[in-house]
Amino acid sequence: MADLLQELDKEQLRDDLPDFAPGDTVRVNYRVREGEKERIQAFEGVCIARRGGGMGETFMVRKISSGIGVERVFPLNSPFIRDIEVVRRGRVRRAKLYYLRGLKGKAARIREKRVN
Amino acid sequence: MAGLIGKKIGMTRVFDAEGTAVPVTVVEAGPCPVFQVKTQETDGYSAVQLGFGRRKAKHATLAEVGHAVKAGAEEAPRVLREFPISGGEEFELGQELTVEVFEVGDKVNVVGTSKGRGFQGVVKRHGFAGRPASHGHPMSRTPGSMGPGTDPSRVIKGKKLPGQMGGTRTTVRNLEVVKVDTERNLLFVKGGVPGVRNSYLFIAK
Repeated sequence: MADLLQELDKEQLRDDLPDFAPGDTVRVNYRVREGEKERIQAFEGVCIARRGGGMGETFMVRKISSGIGVERVFPLNSPFIRDIEVVRRGRVRRAKLYYLRGLKGKAARIREKRVN
Repeated sequence: MAGLIGKKIGMTRVFDAEGTAVPVTVVEAGPCPVFQVKTQETDGYSAVQLGFGRRKAKHATLAEVGHAVKAGAEEAPRVLREFPISGGEEFELGQELTVEVFEVGDKVNVVGTSKGRGFQGVVKRHGFAGRPASHGHPMSRTPGSMGPGTDPSRVIKGKKLPGQMGGTRTTVRNLEVVKVDTERNLLFVKGGVPGVRNSYLFIAK
């Protein structure tokens, strides 16, 4: 019966989003509803974690906004994500980059991944 | 209003129009054929007896098979259950009830058998606090005092003590129907529902 659950999840999963991993810099175009109006809000930063699986999968994006670190968690399969652009691929050695929270400026840089 | 008998499939989440993730339990509900209609005249009360699933002839008693054949079914159902008729609805023998009896937005009560947790102490079973884990306390999860002393010289009935937890009939009320899949007989109910996967549930409005 777990098969049926997976099947149900599959119908809802987003397969139009690009592959990205922690360390990548991504730009998330999120649909925001303000009263009646709807607009697209972009959130660009480093993906520092992905967690969960199936319909429950989420990812965390961190950026520095006017000197203050801002982190936002998005449900990966939300219909409110219009699209995700991968701006830069980063080379990192962990799955969760929480150590970036303690770093500032130059130290918080991530090496770019070489793609052959 | 009659209900349905179903089987718990498991939990997942769906997104609503606001973009919020809603936790849902998926229930395979029905189709439930009517096996007996009880009326005020013949039985003293009105109810409808529904069945769910099937049981091979070699696993069913002759009485069960006979009861099923009377209602026009070939095999005895796996589960039989009565639902009271409150409104003036009319049911016929052999008529099949499907998930269509529910609509999105309906509030339903779901009855099931909760997960058995065995013999549990008072901390897990009744939410007692126990003693602090540190700051020099001896480890303890005891129920503590049984109550007053010489007067009344007995333990008050209903005192919360260790014992069997779970595995009992449990009702969850006012769950919202989020989605109805008529093709696959699936019902998506907001929130959790008692019992393990594949256990039987009774759903009523």
